[in-house]
Amino acid sequence: MKFLKYIVTCFVMMASLSGCQKTQKLSITNVSYDPTRELYSAYNKQFIHYYQKTYHQAVTVVQSHGGSGKQALEVDNGLKGDVVSLAVQSDVDTLMKSGLIKQGYMHHYPHQSAPYTSTIVFLVRKGNPKKIHDWQDLTKKNVGVITPNPKTSGGARWNYLAAWYAFEKQGLRVTQIKKQMKALYHNVLVLDSGSRASTTTFCENGEGDVLITWENEAYLTMKENPGDYEMIIPSASILCQPTVALVDEVVKEKGTRKVANVYIKHLYSASAQRLIAQNYYRPVNQTIYQKQRATHQSHTIKKLTKCWIVDDLSMTTIEHFGGWAKATKVHFQDGGYFDEIYK
Amino acid sequence: MKSTNKRVIPGFGVNFSLTIIMLSLVVLMPLCSIIIYTSHISFSEFVKIVTDARVMASYGVTLETALIAALVNGVMGLIVAWVLVRYDFPFKSFVNSVIELPFALPTAVAGISLAYLTSRHGIVGQFAGLFGIKIAYTRLGMIVALIFVGFPFVVRTLQPVLEKIDHAYEEAAEMLGADEGYTFRHVLLPEIFPALVSGVTMSFARGIGEYGAVVFIAGNQPFKTEITAILVMSKLQSFDYASATAIALVMLAMSFLILFLNAFIQSKESVKATI
Repeated sequence: MKFLKYIVTCFVMMASLSGCQKTQKLSITNVSYDPTRELYSAYNKQFIHYYQKTYHQAVTVVQSHGGSGKQALEVDNGLKGDVVSLAVQSDVDTLMKSGLIKQGYMHHYPHQSAPYTSTIVFLVRKGNPKKIHDWQDLTKKNVGVITPNPKTSGGARWNYLAAWYAFEKQGLRVTQIKKQMKALYHNVLVLDSGSRASTTTFCENGEGDVLITWENEAYLTMKENPGDYEMIIPSASILCQPTVALVDEVVKEKGTRKVANVYIKHLYSASAQRLIAQNYYRPVNQTIYQKQRATHQSHTIKKLTKCWIVDDLSMTTIEHFGGWAKATKVHFQDGGYFDEIYK
Repeated sequence: MKSTNKRVIPGFGVNFSLTIIMLSLVVLMPLCSIIIYTSHISFSEFVKIVTDARVMASYGVTLETALIAALVNGVMGLIVAWVLVRYDFPFKSFVNSVIELPFALPTAVAGISLAYLTSRHGIVGQFAGLFGIKIAYTRLGMIVALIFVGFPFVVRTLQPVLEKIDHAYEEAAEMLGADEGYTFRHVLLPEIFPALVSGVTMSFARGIGEYGAVVFIAGNQPFKTEITAILVMSKLQSFDYASATAIALVMLAMSFLILFLNAFIQSKESVKATI
């Protein structure tokens, strides 16, 4: 009888322990694209602190990074991401099509579910030896360009569309633009699978004369290698709106809807928006944005601690290309314009 | 006394069915899924996908770099195996175990470190740059990566064969007046040739399928340094499963053909040996 009692107590203890663990070990995964690594490691710290303070519950956030297209594919194949923060809306759309995310997710959060924006700029080596100032210069002979592959990287799609818009703005017709794009991609030395890999190719391995990249990635690179690189702001570019979304199927299964929802909502809070600006993303909070812009003095990294937003360039948006669904179909699908460039 | 049928592990029926089950589960079923996926598209579509100019170019790049790497491995692997078997030197067992490092190392790690080493900033890349040679992000770099991953195949298939060859054969050849070259060509080479072919074909087959080591060093430029495996990946990432599996099927056929040829040569050689 004593023995039976002992066993029962054991079971009760085990059950209560495992129950405890379930409520204590609250963990969510944020599946994101390459250059957000630094932003989210800073944001996660802030969020964990905020959640503990507001909801009296400890939470851990797991980060996953890679090329945006690849990340979407992994979530589609079963990677349990509670939140996705991908480089292009079309990658989130594929998850919506396979039923993981509900339709209309774009309207769940302010600013079309984009808590931060960015744009596309160039990074060149010190002194700008090849005299690169605008998109036109990238089509010249003997200029080595580094940009990722638009088939696998969201950042690369923004790069491509920014270039397209710049040539379009010169008044060229579609056939002429294609010719220019062909010349540009002919100069591409290494077509990496993601933005971070391209940065490594350009910086660590010393390949190429110019890196086409995210504004935040360019600033981060200059911060980490002071004096080695210069940022070039082309006359035209595109407003990049990375999309954040809740993966409905995963939060339903894991019971993490509340915390994941707060995780995204908190991205729009003033403290997070300031953090976003500190990581060289453009905050959507207009007050903080204007504050950043007002202190803007120079494009050089030395004076960059507070002020960095550049607005003397003409920026288009994805709407110019008819939204992501159309842009993907026309430019990036098999047999689309990007494939034609490489024919 | 039924001693004729006694075997260490009894029961052909049980063993054979286990063999078939394991083979089906581990090898055949995953491969069948490729064929099933591909059957979603019509034959003409299939032909169109796999004969697309860019895909065709990638076959060329893949086969060329894998073949050159396999041949280099054949020559270098033979020399290394020879030294390991025939000579004694300090740290021999250490050297012997280093050979297998490419098997143990994740190939992506190898790819990244090779790319770093042979790029403009790397030690090897800087040195090669003095002679105007570019390694990383060219086909040369891809060959270097494939040599790395295929190297152990040749050494490890040759070693046991070399160990078995009796010194007496060489001595006899020498006594009969053969010079070193003649002895190598007519006494040693026939003995080790099947193993050499087997090692080289395995290295070749591995080179065709390699992804991780090559993707970082290749530069991935269409028509120049884009291998077929990268195309499969990029099709997958644009959620084009049918095209991806169609190309994968072609790669599967290629690898199977190579391994089949290898088995064919092996069986012919073994027939010759018994005669």
